[in-house]
Amino acid sequence: MTALRPQRAHNPPPKPRAGGLARARRNEAAALVIPALIPVVLLSVIPLLIGIGMAFTDSTLARNHETSFVGLQNFINLGSDSLFWQSFGIGIIWSVSVTVLQFLGGLSLALLLNSDLKFKGLTRLLALMPWAMPPVVVAIMWQMIYSPTNGPLNWLIGTLGGPERINWLGDFSLALPAVILVGVWVGMPQNTITLLAGLQQVPAELSEAAAVDGAGAWSRFKHVTFPAIKPVIISITSLSFIWNFNSFGIVYVMTEGGPGGRTMLPMLFTYLEAFKSRHTGSAAAMGDVIVLFLIVILVAYLWRQLRGERIPK
Amino acid sequence: MNRTLVKTLQYLALFGFLIFLGFPLIWLLSTAFKSSAEINSLAVNLFPVSPTLENFTAALNRQGLLRSAMNSLIVALVTTLIVTLLSVPGAYVMARFQGKLRTIGTGYVLISQIFPVILVIIPLFFILRSVGLVDSLLGLIVVHVVYTLPFSLWMLQGYVASIPFDIEEAGSIDGANKFNVLRQLVFPLLAPGLVATAMFTFVSSYNEFFFALVLLQSPENYTLSVALSTFVGGEGKVAIGPLAAGALLSSIPSVIFFALLQKRLAGGLLTGAVKG
Repeated sequence: MTALRPQRAHNPPPKPRAGGLARARRNEAAALVIPALIPVVLLSVIPLLIGIGMAFTDSTLARNHETSFVGLQNFINLGSDSLFWQSFGIGIIWSVSVTVLQFLGGLSLALLLNSDLKFKGLTRLLALMPWAMPPVVVAIMWQMIYSPTNGPLNWLIGTLGGPERINWLGDFSLALPAVILVGVWVGMPQNTITLLAGLQQVPAELSEAAAVDGAGAWSRFKHVTFPAIKPVIISITSLSFIWNFNSFGIVYVMTEGGPGGRTMLPMLFTYLEAFKSRHTGSAAAMGDVIVLFLIVILVAYLWRQLRGERIPK
Repeated sequence: MNRTLVKTLQYLALFGFLIFLGFPLIWLLSTAFKSSAEINSLAVNLFPVSPTLENFTAALNRQGLLRSAMNSLIVALVTTLIVTLLSVPGAYVMARFQGKLRTIGTGYVLISQIFPVILVIIPLFFILRSVGLVDSLLGLIVVHVVYTLPFSLWMLQGYVASIPFDIEEAGSIDGANKFNVLRQLVFPLLAPGLVATAMFTFVSSYNEFFFALVLLQSPENYTLSVALSTFVGGEGKVAIGPLAAGALLSSIPSVIFFALLQKRLAGGLLTGAVKG
């Protein structure tokens, strides 16, 4: 999904007018928005708050269990749960690598698509496919690519004289890089499309003027293009990082967190804790830790990036 | 630098991307048409030696796969219908009325991205279980509505905001009532955006895996994603050919919708963020 900043209205929305008319408008607005608001509040906001709160209980999936408040016990237990922190570390490696590589790949491809080359239509269509396909299908497809016995990747490496029968998804040191590559493949479309839209907003005259002044390609990129698309870069990298940290389906289907937990992303870990070990309370505590971590990272990142750049309205 | 050299390097890079993005798709396509003998042989052919449809018939005859496809379509269609009906008035208000509601609304869409779905699904699981909606398509629809609604609202309000408000004012001055103004002037302009939003909602629901995995327990309720995932798991190692054919078939609706959405994803959806 692509949630960036809200679009601005092209023309200012009506200002509330004085008196009864304003009230009538407000009532009208309320009547229109309530049908959408009720399910969101009832089934999204409230469950979310309950979910955050469950971290302080001993809730389990068992049917006749009396849930009681246990304070910070889940968090204290989590502190010494080395498997969770190992998974957290894997999550950070996965998220940072995938986000950075998605961004670099997306930016390169967007720059290529923004210049006058042939095959642009084909590439654009192809670049969207990973986004369109069901994650489960993506996982199945890449399992075939990585197949140790008759996968095309091993065939290529064998033909080039490399080692044979590499078990990409079953090898302790190769499994994480292998799933990272799939993560990059899947997330490149959003990055490419978003950055391309950003590039297309940069006035060509600016770059041309710089070229006339004798600026080389790299210097034009650094001084004209990059500053112009920086807001887009910040939005897409922050969102990619969050999505990647919370991602589940592809790695779950490809490795189920294996081998030996080497690809156990935090979401897989909390899923297993909640729905296999049936400890919903401690799974919620893990969820809370993840949210806190993401907020801290984002605040630090955005604060650094946006400091002093706010344009006064 | 030499101009032709630059062009050559650019094309090399472009083809590199084309292979990286396209090869896995071609491989899936090719595997789906290979005979089981060819798949099991150690030879690696990019194109099937003797293309066959046997994998497709095997996939379609595989018990439950067609049923799962029906389940996926039902869930995605009903979700899209409900979400669209709820979003149109909501998005209109978000776009046209300044105020706290809009700020809170857009804020929630963004903030909701930070929360891992596990924090929502655990309480929802208890709620749905208490009303007997775990392991039912209806329960999954409810969850999908909640999951896709914020984004649909946000996307649609962007389209409403791009329709000049002058049109509505001109209509009001001419004496038409609000409802007719909306129906006759605003709705036709909104229709393309509405279709795009609905398609996006459909694909989000159709492709969704995590909630379906948590909620659906009996195989007759599985959606395609869950059914396909059980074929690769430890329990059911399935012949690769039919799996490729099934995976290919199940991607068709999403791929078609995305191809249709292409222009809008590149343009309307994101220009606001860029101009912002």
